Amino acid sequence: MFRLKVVTPHRMFFEAAVKTLVIRGIEGDLAIMKGTTPLLTPTKISVCTLHLEDGSKKEAALGRGYIAVDQNGATLVVESAEWPEDIDLERAHKAKERAEAYLQAKDKQIDYERAKIALAKAINRINAANKK
Amino acid sequence: MATTKEIKRRIRGINSTRQITKAMELVSTAKLRKARQKLESSRPYYTTVVESIQNVLEYVNLNHPFLLRREVKKTLLVVITSDRGLAGGYNNNITDMASDLIAEDPSAYELVVIGDKARDRLENSGAELIKSYRGFPEVIDFQHAQRVGKVVMERYASKAVDRVLLLFTRFDTTLQYTPMSLEVLPFSAPKADEKAEKKARTLVTFEPNPDEVLDNLIPLYVVITVFGALIEASASEQASRRTAMEAATENADEMIEDLSVSYNRARQAAITNEITEIVSGANALQ
Repeated sequence: MFRLKVVTPHRMFFEAAVKTLVIRGIEGDLAIMKGTTPLLTPTKISVCTLHLEDGSKKEAALGRGYIAVDQNGATLVVESAEWPEDIDLERAHKAKERAEAYLQAKDKQIDYERAKIALAKAINRINAANKK
Repeated sequence: MATTKEIKRRIRGINSTRQITKAMELVSTAKLRKARQKLESSRPYYTTVVESIQNVLEYVNLNHPFLLRREVKKTLLVVITSDRGLAGGYNNNITDMASDLIAEDPSAYELVVIGDKARDRLENSGAELIKSYRGFPEVIDFQHAQRVGKVVMERYASKAVDRVLLLFTRFDTTLQYTPMSLEVLPFSAPKADEKAEKKARTLVTFEPNPDEVLDNLIPLYVVITVFGALIEASASEQASRRTAMEAATENADEMIEDLSVSYNRARQAAITNEITEIVSGANALQ
C-alpha cells in the first residue's frame, strides 16, 4: 500500500492508498508499489491501471504529465485524467477525426505537434472507454 | 428651478441605469463564486508542480538553459486583463504597471497580451506586440494557458527574450486584489537558502536524466503559472466589477433620493403657487 495522489489543473482527481500503479513513463511502462525507489519521470498519454486495496482494478485515461515517487507515496501530475465511465465516446471519436483531418491536410500553417497530441489523446480516450 | 417634469425624467433615467448596474452586480457575484471555486480547486496542482520542480533543482546542474540567468536585453511581458470594462480600476492598474515598465525603454520589451483592454492600451506603447488573445478569462480553459505557454517557451528557448514577466492581478479576498508582476523565466527557486539546510537528501532516480526531466517540467511550470494567473485574474476581475457596480448602484440610489426630495419640493412649490394664484384671483373678483 502506498498513497497515490493524482492532480489535474482542475481538481484533485484521486487520492487514496493503492497497491500498485501501472503507468506509461516516457521510457516505458512502470509499476509503482510501496518501496519503489524515489523517481521522477515524465509520463505519456496513456491509460493507467490502479490496483486498489480491496483487490479491484481501476483504469483512468491520462493526458501528459509526470510522476514523482518518494518515501511518502506517489504524486501523479497530469493535464487531464478521466475515468472510463466519464468519457464521452462520441466526442472522442469526433476529436480523433478532426485531428486526423488536420494531419492529412498539407497546410503548412497547422501545428503538427498539437494535432498529434490531440490525436493521441482522442485514441487514448477511446481505448480507455472501450476497455470498460 | 427645474420643473417637476424634468426632474421626473431624470429620476427615471437614473433608475434605469441603476437597474443595469444592479444586474451586473448580481451577475458578477455569481461569476465570482464560480471563479473562486475554480481557484481553490486548482491550487493543489500548482503547488505540487512547483514543489516537484524545486525537488529536481537540487540535482541538476544549474546551467540548464531554462535556469541560467542571461544578461537581460529583452523582456517579454505577458499582460492579463479582461475584455470588458466597467470593472473599476482593475484593468488600469495592470496596464499602468505595464506602460510604466515599457516607458523606460520601449525597445527592451515585447508583449503578449490577454484581454482587449490591454491590447487597446498597449498596442501603441512602442513595445513589439507578439500576440494578443481575447476571451480568455471569461471561460478559463487549460488549453488557453497551453497556447500562451507555448509562445512564451518559443520566445525564450530561441533566446529572443531573456526574461519573462507575467503581469496579472492576484486575488486576495473579495475586497482586495493586488496587481503584481511575477518573473516566470528564468526559473528561480524560492527559498533557496532554506533548502540548503536539509541536505540529508534521498537519492532520486530521474528517467531518462535530470536535464530531460527539467525540459519537460519547466514548460509545464510555465503553462501552470499562466493558468493560475488566468484564474486569479478572472476572480479579481469579477470581484472588482462587483465592487464597482455595487458602488454605482449605491450612487444611483443616493441620486434618486436627492432628486425625489427636489421633485417633492418642486411639486409642492407648484401647488402653493397655484393656490396663491387662485386665492388672489378670487380676492380680485370680490
